[in-house]
Amino acid sequence: MSQQERVYKDPDINMETERYWEGAKNGKLLMKKCNSCGKTHFYPRAICPVCSSSDTEWYEASGKGKIYSYSIMRRSEIPYVMAYVTLDEGITMMSNIVESDFDDVKIGKAVEVTFRKTEGNQSLPVFRLCK
Amino acid sequence: MSRMSKAYIAGIYEHPTRKAVDKTIPQLHAEVAIGALKDAGLTKDDVDGYFCDGDAPGLGGMSMAEYMGLNITYTDTTETGGSSYVVHVGHAVEAIAAGKCNVALITLAGRPRAEGLTTLGARDRGGELPERGFEIPYAPVITNMYGMAAMRHMYEYGTTSEQLAWIKVAASHHAQHNEHAMLRDVVTVEDVVNSPMISDPLHRLDCCVISDGGGALIVVSPEIAKSLGDRCVKVLGHGEAVKHLNGGNFDLTYTGAAKSGPIAFAEANVKPADIDYASIYDSFTITVLETIEDLGFCEKGQGGKFVSDGNLISGVGKLPFNTDGGGLCNNHPSNRGGMTKVIEAVRQLRGEAHPRVQVPDCTLALAHGTGGQISTRTGAGTVILGRNDA
Repeated sequence: MSQQERVYKDPDINMETERYWEGAKNGKLLMKKCNSCGKTHFYPRAICPVCSSSDTEWYEASGKGKIYSYSIMRRSEIPYVMAYVTLDEGITMMSNIVESDFDDVKIGKAVEVTFRKTEGNQSLPVFRLCK
Repeated sequence: MSRMSKAYIAGIYEHPTRKAVDKTIPQLHAEVAIGALKDAGLTKDDVDGYFCDGDAPGLGGMSMAEYMGLNITYTDTTETGGSSYVVHVGHAVEAIAAGKCNVALITLAGRPRAEGLTTLGARDRGGELPERGFEIPYAPVITNMYGMAAMRHMYEYGTTSEQLAWIKVAASHHAQHNEHAMLRDVVTVEDVVNSPMISDPLHRLDCCVISDGGGALIVVSPEIAKSLGDRCVKVLGHGEAVKHLNGGNFDLTYTGAAKSGPIAFAEANVKPADIDYASIYDSFTITVLETIEDLGFCEKGQGGKFVSDGNLISGVGKLPFNTDGGGLCNNHPSNRGGMTKVIEAVRQLRGEAHPRVQVPDCTLALAHGTGGQISTRTGAGTVILGRNDA
């Protein structure tokens, strides 16, 4: 079954995260890396949750990853795929899998980032199966 | 052998309602408090410590203490979702051991059913939640979040829908004897896997009920317990934990029970094999399966095999669980099941469970609560309880 598009709620945007959402508007998936311990964390924060350093820096992620887990929400008016995606950069983030037949969505499958407009015209990173 | 206990559970009460259209939430809190005090043989004027969750009306416990006319010198509003009340038992024991209070009242009440709450729609708690922007737009709801835990567990360990179904089957066998249970029909594995898919791989019958009501517990000092008689139950050990997404580096195949369980078992100085009865939080079948593994009743990944073939059914299997029917069939008041987990464990240790599900010579019991969502942020609370002569 192919997917019908649903309406995406707006993200909450604050001082710590506005760069992430600006990046999304420009078609970029931005991540936060800590210059002290070298680790990428998610969701992006001013202070590294691994080592507590405030020397954190934005960078553009590859946008490639694999499905860590998923669940197809069938009891919604427009069914959708909830997922956790593990990026090549090592972190796992919540997202939706779009543009894909439900039957093709499997754990471990390669996905790439794409973007969807939210109801308030923000841009939201989502993923689709790689061809 | 008589084990040391720093405090005892002296009173329990589970509200019989499952839909409270004509009652307020404060009224339900007061009704369960009165019920538990009566069960203990105490009055509200004996209470000097009050515990409730962050969901109770008002700021902390203050409004409810005022409504019920409590005069308290100790309060705790630890909020870890549905595990709160198990955690409260542990905190009450420590407060009593420290001499800060002698009679602790713990209450839970809510009416999601009367208020028409469904589990659809994103759970938006508002405020300055740091994760909100990165979750709410994707429409996480309780069923798809637990669905992802189940899907990953299946992927890593080969767990099947049929194995998960056995958990519901066992709960239904127990619920048939509970006159207050919402779902009293005995179901089969086929019934579960043939029920409508809600969010893959969880079917409707993998999910708990939504119910109104609540419950209360009274925890007292050893001196007071002595005066109240042998229906008091020992609290032998308590453990708690918070598990979260850890900066994007996490594993959905285990829960906070992997930490809270060993802490509780160590304090009680008992092993999983010593437990005669277990109350395991059952928001979904997968919650039970992962928790059973995490608590050490079987190896990680072997939960599916362990729960199969009636192994959780009282009188049939090795680990009788949720003999009241649990959240899957009986009651999940205010979408928070930790309270009823402790209550049924106390019934078992008193020999007051329904005769058809009573575990013979039940001496040691475990109650485990899970709060929040096991696929994001989750609280865990484990208590090990012992019969008065344990």
